[in-house]
Amino acid sequence: MVKIETSPQQVTSRKLTVSKAMVEGIAQEMERDPSVIVLGEDVGAYGGIFSSTTGLLERFGPGRILDTPISETAFIGLGTGAAVEGMRPIVELMFVDFFGVAMDQIYNHMAKIHYESGGNVLVPMVLMTAVGGGYSDGAQHSQCLWGTFAHLPGMKVVVPSSPADAKGLMISAIRDENPVVYMFHKGVMGLPWMTKSTHALGDVPEESYTVPIGKAAITRSGTDVTVVTLSLSVHHSLDVADELAKEGIECEVVDLRSLVPLDRATVLESVAKTGRLVVVDEDYQSFGLSGEIAAIIAEEDPRLLRCPMKRVCVPDTPIPYARSLEQATLPTPTRIAAAIRDVMA
Amino acid sequence: MTDGMEMFPLIQRLDEEGNLIGDLGVLSLADLKETYATMRFLRTFDERAWNLQRQGVIGTYAPFKGQEAAQMGAVAALEDTDWLVPTYRDWAASYLRGVPLEHGLFFSKGHPSLGDIPAGKRVLPAQVVIAAQTLHGVGVAWATKLRHEKVATVVTFGDGATSQGDFHEAMNFASVLAVPLIFFCENNQWAISVPLARQMHAETIAQRSIAYGIEGFRVDGNDYVAVANLMHELSERVRNGEGPFLVEALTYRLGAHTTADDPGKYRAIEEEDLWIRRDPLVRLERWLRAQGQLSDEDLAAIDADSERKVEEIIAGFREALDISPLVLFDSVYATLPSTLASQRAQFEARVKEVGA
Ligand SMILES: Cc1ncc(C[n+]2csc(CCOP(=O)(O)OP(=O)(O)O)c2C)c(N)n1
Ligand SMILES: [Mg+2]
Repeated sequence: MVKIETSPQQVTSRKLTVSKAMVEGIAQEMERDPSVIVLGEDVGAYGGIFSSTTGLLERFGPGRILDTPISETAFIGLGTGAAVEGMRPIVELMFVDFFGVAMDQIYNHMAKIHYESGGNVLVPMVLMTAVGGGYSDGAQHSQCLWGTFAHLPGMKVVVPSSPADAKGLMISAIRDENPVVYMFHKGVMGLPWMTKSTHALGDVPEESYTVPIGKAAITRSGTDVTVVTLSLSVHHSLDVADELAKEGIECEVVDLRSLVPLDRATVLESVAKTGRLVVVDEDYQSFGLSGEIAAIIAEEDPRLLRCPMKRVCVPDTPIPYARSLEQATLPTPTRIAAAIRDVMA
Repeated sequence: MTDGMEMFPLIQRLDEEGNLIGDLGVLSLADLKETYATMRFLRTFDERAWNLQRQGVIGTYAPFKGQEAAQMGAVAALEDTDWLVPTYRDWAASYLRGVPLEHGLFFSKGHPSLGDIPAGKRVLPAQVVIAAQTLHGVGVAWATKLRHEKVATVVTFGDGATSQGDFHEAMNFASVLAVPLIFFCENNQWAISVPLARQMHAETIAQRSIAYGIEGFRVDGNDYVAVANLMHELSERVRNGEGPFLVEALTYRLGAHTTADDPGKYRAIEEEDLWIRRDPLVRLERWLRAQGQLSDEDLAAIDADSERKVEEIIAGFREALDISPLVLFDSVYATLPSTLASQRAQFEARVKEVGA
């Protein structure tokens, strides 16, 4: 799962949070490659409002860690320009929800310049952005929207859930010759002011390593039901799987990790094994990832499923601010467990 | 280089020490006594809201402490028919335009009443997506012009918002369409952790007006007397067909950006101390005391009254919190589409069954 570049004997790892692992990945690449720079709102002294750049300003200085004016169109556009010229910018969009302000720069330019140039111009840029809800931040600050980015051609999309993947996918994203959208859920970061998830802390090798983009991970193997999921919902699904194991239900949890490219083979293999499928997706239900997974099964072999699949998604409503309302819309462990029991019934 | 400070000297009428420079203009002593009491009440509310977040009663809250004079002054000259298009920190300004302060608490609760602007009040809901409301402000003002209403519109925004394309496009449209609008920038000098000097290279925000061929003003935003007088003059002028105008109110965010922020990470205590001395309440208090118009007893009475009003607001707020999760589906569309209706039915069954 984790591809270590040095020989395995040398590997030392320690427990890090997702946020620290991400920062470590960025810092190691910045040491290795002077063309890597970071820009965005509050990425300097603040260290990113979700701690995605903590300590980088102190280490690399304001020449490489740039606090930008509040001008998303401008700094995503100039990140694209800088990437074309040979830099490897990591541009942070503070909340994915604000993509609307700058979407033209993202999907018409960052993602299409390579195509428009007949393949001559590369845009090796990382657009990293915080996604997800669960902490009462309302309809314009809580969305995941990964389906939207994955729908549009020209950019890769990665969504790590574990500390080791957070680092390895960050390094892969930086080294990739394509624009990569790196989406981190605020709830997986291990931030002291968020609801704690035990899975936000995990073993991370000290050395530099890559996790391949486009490869899903089986984070728990099981024989009864496949749970295809990503991001914070992986954490919830693992907890639910532990609980249900006590009742004798063995869940296989597939962490997609990448949406573009999507690892169809791992999904199909797992469903072929279990015959049952629950998709847990913190994005809106309709026209998104959950439908895509269903389409893969339908296209390849609908007979793999021995009962109808279930999806646990956010309904097609804006995400409410109020905690009680918000919890009712998100894919909570309660909802995930209910869906799994349903397909097992 | 344009010397913005020289071209747009800071307009001041009441200095930090509470000395009046010139006269009260259109304001009276009675106005100022009332303003002071309201300001103190708003400060009490703001501090309570902060504590409510710390107690877990509300979610994220953006305090306006330090910006009371700017916000109160921004709307001081508005009539019932005038419009306010506010940014997210403007609970004080919105309150004076008839929006209950509870909305500042409902905001983080996603309570549907948040959007219930009382009938007839011309205020838009608070905007969080930076600078988006500047365009709405131009649209509102343009419509009042098309409808031949004699109305002033004030749109408020922060210093950081002036970096957005939306702001510049709004300024351009407003000037081309010659709309009766006042762009009111609360320059509190910080945009979360980014100081204004890293937001723009120009010396002042007011000088942005030059590029759009409109009049700009720079006013001491902690001086209610100056802000209110300026806004009286400008609203009268826009109602008479002049405008747009750009006002930069120089102030300071005495508190954190929001309850999720820690300014200790990025700004010096000395700077905060400097601005504590420029607190808009302090200078008004000094002046009123010097006029013999404010005693310790008066202060105690204002505080007791403020406490009582804040308690009432919080009690009402707590009562209103008991709502059904199904309200979620109510206002996504004007009428519920069939696909969403079936999701609502599933949701209702689930809420009943598993309670989540
Ligand atoms: C389009 C957009 N980008 C980024 C943000 C995140 N954000 C929220 S407040 C803020 C700073 C705004 O500063 P300023 O305009 O000076 O207003 P202040 O908070 O000081 O009142 C930022 C960057 C946002 N809400 N919307
Ligand atoms: Mg500001």
